[in-house]
Amino acid sequence: MNKSLHVFGRRALSCGLSSLALALALPTGAYAADYPTAKVNTTGLAVTDTEVVVGQLHSATGTMAISETGSIQAERLAIDEINAAGGILGRKIKIIQEDGASDWPNFAEKSKKLLISDKVAAVFGCWTSASRKAVLPVFEKENGLLYYPTFYEGLEQSKNVFYTGQEATQQILAGLDWLVKEKKAKTFFLIGSDYIWPRTSNKIARKHIENVLKGTVVGEEYYPLGHTQFGSLINKIKLKKPDAIYAIVVGGSNVSFYKQLKAAGVTSAKQTLLTISVTEDEMLGIGGENVEGFYAAMKYFQSLDNPNNKEFVKKFKAKYGKDAVIGDVTQAAYLGPWLWKAAVEKAGSFDVDKVVAASPNIELKTAPEGYVKIHPNHHLWSKLRVGQALANGQFKVLYESDLIEPNPFPKGYQ
Amino acid sequence: MSSETKTNASPLGKLLAFAQANRELTSFLVLSALLLVLFPLTMGIFRLNLVGKYLTYAFVALGLVICWGYGGILSLGQGVFFGLGGYCMAMFLKLEASDPQSTSIQSTPGIPDFMDWNQLTALPGFWKPFQSLWATFIAVPLIPALLALLVSVAMFKRRVGGVYFAIITQAVAAILSILIIGQQGYTGGVNGITDLKTLKGWDIRSDSAKYILYFANAFLLLAGVWVSSRMLKSKVGRLLLAMRDREDRVRFSGYDVANLKTFAFVFAAVLSAIGGAMFTLQVGFMSPSFVGIVPSIEMVICAAVGGRDSVFGAVYGTLLVNFGKTFFSEIFPELWLFMIGALFIGVVMVFPNGLAGLNRQKVMGAWEGLRTLVSKVRGRNKGTPLLPDGSAVAGGATLKNDL
Amino acid sequence: MDSLSMSELWAIFVMQSFNGLSSFSVLLLMALGLAIIFGQMGVINMAHGEFLTIGAYTTFVLSEVSQRWMPWMQGSYFILAVVVSFFIAASVGLLVEHLMIRHLYRRPLDTLLATWGLSLIMQQVFRSVFGAKEVSATLPDWLMGSVQPTESIDIPINGLLVMGLTLLMTAGVFVGLFKTRWGVWVRATTQNRVMAGAAGINTRRIDKYTFALGCGLAGVAGAAFTTIGSTGPTSGSLYIVDTFLVVVFGGAESLVGTIASAFSIAQAQSTSEFFLTGSTAKVLTLLAVILILMLRPHGLFSIRVRR
Repeated sequence: MNKSLHVFGRRALSCGLSSLALALALPTGAYAADYPTAKVNTTGLAVTDTEVVVGQLHSATGTMAISETGSIQAERLAIDEINAAGGILGRKIKIIQEDGASDWPNFAEKSKKLLISDKVAAVFGCWTSASRKAVLPVFEKENGLLYYPTFYEGLEQSKNVFYTGQEATQQILAGLDWLVKEKKAKTFFLIGSDYIWPRTSNKIARKHIENVLKGTVVGEEYYPLGHTQFGSLINKIKLKKPDAIYAIVVGGSNVSFYKQLKAAGVTSAKQTLLTISVTEDEMLGIGGENVEGFYAAMKYFQSLDNPNNKEFVKKFKAKYGKDAVIGDVTQAAYLGPWLWKAAVEKAGSFDVDKVVAASPNIELKTAPEGYVKIHPNHHLWSKLRVGQALANGQFKVLYESDLIEPNPFPKGYQ
Repeated sequence: MSSETKTNASPLGKLLAFAQANRELTSFLVLSALLLVLFPLTMGIFRLNLVGKYLTYAFVALGLVICWGYGGILSLGQGVFFGLGGYCMAMFLKLEASDPQSTSIQSTPGIPDFMDWNQLTALPGFWKPFQSLWATFIAVPLIPALLALLVSVAMFKRRVGGVYFAIITQAVAAILSILIIGQQGYTGGVNGITDLKTLKGWDIRSDSAKYILYFANAFLLLAGVWVSSRMLKSKVGRLLLAMRDREDRVRFSGYDVANLKTFAFVFAAVLSAIGGAMFTLQVGFMSPSFVGIVPSIEMVICAAVGGRDSVFGAVYGTLLVNFGKTFFSEIFPELWLFMIGALFIGVVMVFPNGLAGLNRQKVMGAWEGLRTLVSKVRGRNKGTPLLPDGSAVAGGATLKNDL
Repeated sequence: MDSLSMSELWAIFVMQSFNGLSSFSVLLLMALGLAIIFGQMGVINMAHGEFLTIGAYTTFVLSEVSQRWMPWMQGSYFILAVVVSFFIAASVGLLVEHLMIRHLYRRPLDTLLATWGLSLIMQQVFRSVFGAKEVSATLPDWLMGSVQPTESIDIPINGLLVMGLTLLMTAGVFVGLFKTRWGVWVRATTQNRVMAGAAGINTRRIDKYTFALGCGLAGVAGAAFTTIGSTGPTSGSLYIVDTFLVVVFGGAESLVGTIASAFSIAQAQSTSEFFLTGSTAKVLTLLAVILILMLRPHGLFSIRVRR
């Protein structure tokens, strides 16, 4: 597996940082006439001489609105910026927003509407795997284009989807390596909410711990989504005394889990805990003081110290208020419109097939996370960072990996 | 009645009189015309497919009319039966989609992808029957019926009813959805069973298949409506109604109330299951989100909006609620919950008998008025048509009447 | 387990027992309001969870206010929040009763549908006012720590707080119902509304204040739950099914039943969670509840009446 932890030049990164201002400031609206609609749109998409229509499909209501709101905001910000800079191929982007309402069949219905009735050129949307699985057949049949922002379990690769979050191995392996190297962890307790992402992720984590790191998994537990009582679990942790807890609890349960951990005296002073499911967004609900000192492994933290990110954070706060926070998925959602723009411009066309064909190896040097590149398997090359939670709801970045090759079907981990 | 018929000897008058005399047949014909002619003619395949999806919920609402509106048994777990029916169908389709060639990248080809991800190396035993289409067709109504039978025998024999029953059905829904989500190696977990493609080699995702499935669904629903309305007109229906209003009297008259309730509940479960199977075929996947409590309550609302004791109302109520949901969420994404919440409250407080009650109170009065008007005008004009197209008046009137 | 000494096992045992008691108080606190509304009035309030959320958001708002303008209150605002939550939730309850519930007293199943609609509307109101994301009240440090009677035993203070509040509320309700004039009126109205009215009790007023009290208790529970759970537009809905099960399992008309049922469900759940995994424990507990309900259809403590 170490082979896939591909070392990517740091040169590219520094290039990216310096060219940020240029890329955002250059007006690109000049050449609308160079791209006649008949040429850039041969498949009947909603593209006119002045406008291109895209869809945005997230849950604005229901239980998932908590998580998906950040993605909605980030995608809007990116699209506004693109429009302000002249749009794509001289065309302004118009958004049709649909509410998935946290209901998977509803996502399927709305995706059909966007693709069949509205003929949108691309869709930025979905958050949970379940919603993505529900719309996937629709996108494949109607040949639509979906930019999906969430870190997820992998085991999927579709011609019609670009995954701008990390797949499981990108998010898990380097984090565990760090835990063993820096924290000398030998025994692990795996905890998750009971559904596919935590289970698949823990499966990969367990294989890596047992086969590669030669550690031991002393417990593996799953609780139903929405579970609020973690007392017994905490006692089990106290009984097993693991060196590290590896936690993938999501949603409302997350808040209960960390508040009860803290109250039961399981704090960072006594216990190492690494999570891949707590971003700055979740910290809002949990309260930074309750997670303080625990570690999180993901590709982006709001506190990342690079010019791209500072610019991004500034713009995001200007648009959504100074108290707005940006989590990993929010940043990944922000990448979607930019990656699409780059691919459309490279292809010189909005046609899905051409955009897909042009996408591999597209680089985004202006990404807030630093630098990303689209892999032919439609996932992104990205780094993994380990951050330590602070009481103010932010993370202090402690570690940064090299660029990691995405590998949605990891051999030896299935 | 007969004197009125005489004064209206014109074709329009005859039609109106016939509609009046055979109200149920008329309602049925209007509904058939709506589902089989009007919708397919006026809608594109996307909207029609959507209507097809709504109509699968109408099966559940229809079941609720029987067990709740007539039997007085409110079940908040009808989604369980809808889900089970849907899962049975989905299991068959998933097995067909998981042939060894198309799953060759898996470590165990030939089993559904989610099993492979969960390290299953062979098809679990309870999946095996679903390799056969006929077994699936039998399982779709049978498995939900057996569960309904189990629940009802346990509950009704012990005279659990009303609120208690409603809450226990909620718990059943909660258990089943936790089980399905937790046992993802066997069930597909929270993602459900997705990516269904063909039925015996026939591509269910093509436009022509969607048309055919729409009509199959509409025919099944109409058959369900017909059978239900016949059943409710029979002795069983009258007993159910009597039981709803005065359970003890029915019991004292020597009838086994528990058996009656069981019958109504199982009947409703089977209807829901058929709806679920048709849902899977038309939408192309099945998800545990149907088995939970929220959709179950929404389906109760569909029945309530239509009029809880009207089999036709069930269909109209479902269509109205779901059209409303789609419409509001497309136009006012932020407001649709207010709208749908207000609908719940409004139906209960202002129109407790739903559309059907509204029809009985208001429209029938207006309709009577129209009839008198028509006969008066006709009497004066000696058969000269009032409007260039007299039949349109009649059609419009009966449609309204039906609503 | 081999490396554990007897004293450590003892510590785990103590903490696990406390955990069971703590779950019990959580269940009881959330069920108490519902037991009054449902048990005493026959109203099925599906929006009960949203009244909980009102309490949670009240606590959040007060936490923000005290942080910004009254820093001297940061250590103690929580106590105020509990009280204010009660009154805000109760006032909303009064309003809801007046606009909606009073028209539906004879139709319990209809209250279920109408209050479900109400819960959807309330959730959207929370979302519009406070945003879709979860919020977190900054809790005083003394509340989020633990008591350590020995080296290896940690007793969470928020657990103690919930327990204390539960005890207080339950005692209050008992005294209110069984030792005061109001309690006599409520019980009379429950048992026979017509006769109670004939005896000169203003049953309208009784209904109104009973409903408001139930909602107020939910508000208190919501405030208390900010110490152990999340505060978001849909947080309340996490509790609703469990709450109803507790009330029904106990026997709707009996407060003692509600207590007994909260106790047994909490113990079953927390013990089985300790020995099995969380999901399995949940399913087993729910199954056991249903099986027992089949044997005792009207709950553990039901008043024997012919139906």
